[in-house]
Amino acid sequence: MGAEGIGARVARKEDKRFITGKGRYTDDMVVPGMKHAMFVRSPHAHAKINGIDKSAALAMPGVIDVLDGKQLTEDQIGSLICGWMIHSKDGSPMNMGNWRPLAEDAVRYVGDAVAIVVADTKAQAREAAEAVSVDYEELPAVTDSMAALADGAPQIHPNAPGNQIYDWEIGDSGEVDAALASAAHVTELNVVNNRLIPNAMEPRAALGHYNAAEDHYTCWTTSQNPHVARLVMSAFYNVAPENKLRVIAPDVGGGFGSKIYIYPEEIVCLWASKRTNVPVKWVADRTESFLSDAHGRDHVSNIKLAFDSDNRITAMKVDTVANLGAYMSLFSSSVPTYLYATLLSGQYNIANIHANIRTAYTNTAPVDAYRGAGRPEASFLVERAMETAARELGVNPAELRRKNFITEFPHQTPVIMTYDGGDYGASLDAAMKAADYDGFAARKAQSAASGKLRGIGMACYIEACGIAPSQAVGSLGAGVGLWESAEVRVNAVGTIEVLTGSHSHGQGHETTFAQLVAERLGVGIDTVNIVHGDTDKVQMGMGTYGSRSGAVGMSAISVALDRVQAKAKKIAAHLLEADEADIVIEGGELKVAGTDKTLPWFQMALAAYTAHNLPEGMEPGLKESAFFDPSNFSFPAGCHICEVEVDPDTGVTEITQFVAADDFGTIINPMIVDGQVHGGVTQGIGQALLEGCVYDPGSGQLLTASYMDYTMPRADDLPSFTVETTKTESPSNPLGLKGCGEAGAIGSPPAVINAITDAIGNNDLAMPATPQTVWSAMKA
Amino acid sequence: MYKTNYHRASSVEEATSLMAGADDGKLLAGGQTLIPTMKQRLAAPSDVVDLRHIADLKGISVAGNQVTIGAGTTHADVANSAEVRSVCPALADLASHIGDPHVRNMGTIGGSIANNDPAADYPAAMVALNATVHTNSRQIGAADFFTGLFETALNDGEIITAVTFDAPEKAAYQKFPNPASRYAMAGVFVAKGGGGVSVGVTGAGSDGVYRASDMEAALNTNFSSDALDGTSVDPADMLSDLHGSAEYRANLVKVMARRAVAAAS
Ligand SMILES: Cc1cc2nc3c(=O)[nH]c(=O)nc-3n(C[C@H](O)[C@H](O)[C@H](O)COP(=O)(O)OP(=O)(O)OC[C@H]3O[C@@H](n4cnc5c(N)ncnc54)[C@H](O)[C@@H]3O)c2cc1C
Repeated sequence: MGAEGIGARVARKEDKRFITGKGRYTDDMVVPGMKHAMFVRSPHAHAKINGIDKSAALAMPGVIDVLDGKQLTEDQIGSLICGWMIHSKDGSPMNMGNWRPLAEDAVRYVGDAVAIVVADTKAQAREAAEAVSVDYEELPAVTDSMAALADGAPQIHPNAPGNQIYDWEIGDSGEVDAALASAAHVTELNVVNNRLIPNAMEPRAALGHYNAAEDHYTCWTTSQNPHVARLVMSAFYNVAPENKLRVIAPDVGGGFGSKIYIYPEEIVCLWASKRTNVPVKWVADRTESFLSDAHGRDHVSNIKLAFDSDNRITAMKVDTVANLGAYMSLFSSSVPTYLYATLLSGQYNIANIHANIRTAYTNTAPVDAYRGAGRPEASFLVERAMETAARELGVNPAELRRKNFITEFPHQTPVIMTYDGGDYGASLDAAMKAADYDGFAARKAQSAASGKLRGIGMACYIEACGIAPSQAVGSLGAGVGLWESAEVRVNAVGTIEVLTGSHSHGQGHETTFAQLVAERLGVGIDTVNIVHGDTDKVQMGMGTYGSRSGAVGMSAISVALDRVQAKAKKIAAHLLEADEADIVIEGGELKVAGTDKTLPWFQMALAAYTAHNLPEGMEPGLKESAFFDPSNFSFPAGCHICEVEVDPDTGVTEITQFVAADDFGTIINPMIVDGQVHGGVTQGIGQALLEGCVYDPGSGQLLTASYMDYTMPRADDLPSFTVETTKTESPSNPLGLKGCGEAGAIGSPPAVINAITDAIGNNDLAMPATPQTVWSAMKA
Repeated sequence: MYKTNYHRASSVEEATSLMAGADDGKLLAGGQTLIPTMKQRLAAPSDVVDLRHIADLKGISVAGNQVTIGAGTTHADVANSAEVRSVCPALADLASHIGDPHVRNMGTIGGSIANNDPAADYPAAMVALNATVHTNSRQIGAADFFTGLFETALNDGEIITAVTFDAPEKAAYQKFPNPASRYAMAGVFVAKGGGGVSVGVTGAGSDGVYRASDMEAALNTNFSSDALDGTSVDPADMLSDLHGSAEYRANLVKVMARRAVAAAS
């Protein structure tokens, strides 16, 4: 691997600036003449807007302008879109309610933006925002998806009768019903996947700058995919044509999905900059983040799992209702369908699966992809059901899983996916060994002796990363392609710039992508610079989400490197008077195999640019690009085991150990992978034990709108994790990468809940399993 | 935060007159409650009178059995005080579990009891220790000081200068933190002194901090955890919220009381 190549535990290049507070985030950007914005937001969950009186606000000190939805409409700024079309089972397209960047006729959730105030200072903008008088006529609100779909619920969008967005299905219900009817055993479970608020460390922000002299816009924003933001803002929101709009996502402090979407605020800041002729900056405060960032999860499901007399699964039937909030966010429609239902086969060989998914509008913040996006919901449902089945059947949960594992690949599931490879037994074995599974009984006895209840639970999850290929996702309704781009520029002195369409917001691309170059060219990572996040610098790219930056983004770099290497070899062969096929690139040199003839990398590069002596007909320079479209998703999978001790007096759960054994395929930097697993598992434990978004069902007010009420995981809530990896390479990309960004959040929640329910002997336990919830479940 | 006039007082007298001259003045101690409330625009005092630079309000002294803690003494200073640790380790322990290091280094005992948050820790200790609250105009017994949720016997502009109490023979505080805020969801301070056993409960009661008299009676007969078996906590008297139902809090009060008795030293 080399000291800095693939597989090396290299310290992150970017950490120096992050740890010393020298990162450059959107809020650090300052342009001459810049002013500050504050949004006027709805205090009501559902109300008609009868009028907006801006006069008092306009007269306040420092106020430059107050703009509302009417003006936005006058300027023909488009409505927000959902980029994935889902058709209901009756063939009708999903019911997309109109989402104006500034609400004009009605507000539909607490936090819905109504107007923007631009002022000299943020404080002045805040004062003036309070002085904008909106005449609201309150309407009844509904926050719960089941209630929203019930008869007589308040109607949220005129074109979505009964608040239903779509009623979609996958699989053959006839086959499944027949299998259920003839099953030796059926396990049935009702499961709620709790709603979460992402809470990236850096709140969302945007700085819109319209330059009238150039008729050109620049938008600095907290985006995971600046090119997609530019595309959508140009093609759909009519902000500016692509060539007149530059989107820059500088350092971004965490996204977890919530920064994929193009929100009203960046559109409005750009538009307001043109309207007011000043650069307009908006930075969310924490309360705004709670209210208006896209939330995650919020599924209500029923699952039935049919077994034959040999405990083999014969069928699965799932009925899910997903809450998509007040408006359909950019990828919201795909989360409970193609990112969820397609993973319901888990690691198991199941001949028949049917899932019915209904989605509902509610008077809550929009819900979209959040770390794992659909796969945590699927994994939670399947793995809770498997554990429950094992208990009902009286068999060892590991053995029930093992018996039903898929062992031959490729494997076509009944729900679209073709699993390309994996070894589920290997990760199960690795996890059980690391967890000393066999020693559990003794540990349980020890806990019992001190009055504590010990439990153990596992989850064998599968997920799908690097969503692809573009043609396939297009046929399923995606509005975009899901390839990635790369350009590798070798400078005249041999140093290297990699321009990538991926975007790093904590993942460490500046290190891992450089490691790939180091591996391939034998140069140090210090001579490699990764450029990303600026549509003026980098060719069109698709950004970072769905653990795609390795499997798709690095693969594009790999293909571009192939091209660079091929040309470099041609130049070297020419200069060394050798055969091209004999040139090897190693240790920063081009060598003629089997001889002592070498050409330093930088001399080859210099030769490419002086162009004094290149092979006949060769163009000068050394710069290659690639667009990579994988042949399939990649399928990371693994086994998580959680062991807990519950205090029966208080219901407090202590996680005594947590083991993650994951198959991520090739690993570029094990330290960064460990970090991704630690972070993902922490978020999963957060979902399982601590985090729950709660709206007041009557008023629609967000009750968990600050850290006083929304419990983020803290270090002392967590054990030290044991992270193991097993390896089968993904055949769908040249590097064999599978992706590791989300697995932790996908595998851990069911493992935790399986452990607690094992400890307390009651299988009916909601997330978050707070002390109160566990205590009540023990009493029940 | 709305605009406000900031004043730095250098003596209690100056603070008193600044408050008297203010339209709608607020005393500022550690600012750990007041400043966030102002930032959320839930409080808009016309004037803020900063007590942090009044030397007389700070410090801890122990004379024999009598402990005096200046109102401006930070939680960290109480937690780390060798004197408090020697005569009433339970109080140092309580202070060491308030909030986080930032909060402990800024927040003060005077601010905490003046605020009388129903989930704050100090009030439980104050009632269980039969503390006396000294102000710029009088002395108030803890039993009369805490009058309801966020309510105290303080008059407008009245300034707490110190609290005093007699160190108990034995005491302990057990806190069950709210998972999100880590304020007390049930906190029980048990103290055994010359006048018998007293049990102060915070975080749980629907009227704020209270003394659990039936627990006290049981413990006066037999100072052991088991003595509490016969006592009960009525959920009807408990707070109920997102994080804990009244039934759950009633359970926690009893569990924390048992643990406090067991830990009392
Ligand atoms: C993140 C966080 C976590 C916290 N966790 C806990 C916890 O676990 N347990 C807990 O008990 N508390 C907790 N607190 C509150 C903390 O203890 C505060 O310090 C305390 O509530 C107020 O004290 P202060 O000195 O900061 O007062 P300030 O915020 O300055 O003032 C609070 C109120 O008291 C009044 N006041 C202040 N001093 C006097 C005085 N001398 N005389 C009369 N009135 C006065 C002020 O006018 C104001 O109304 C937490 C706070 C934060 C921010």
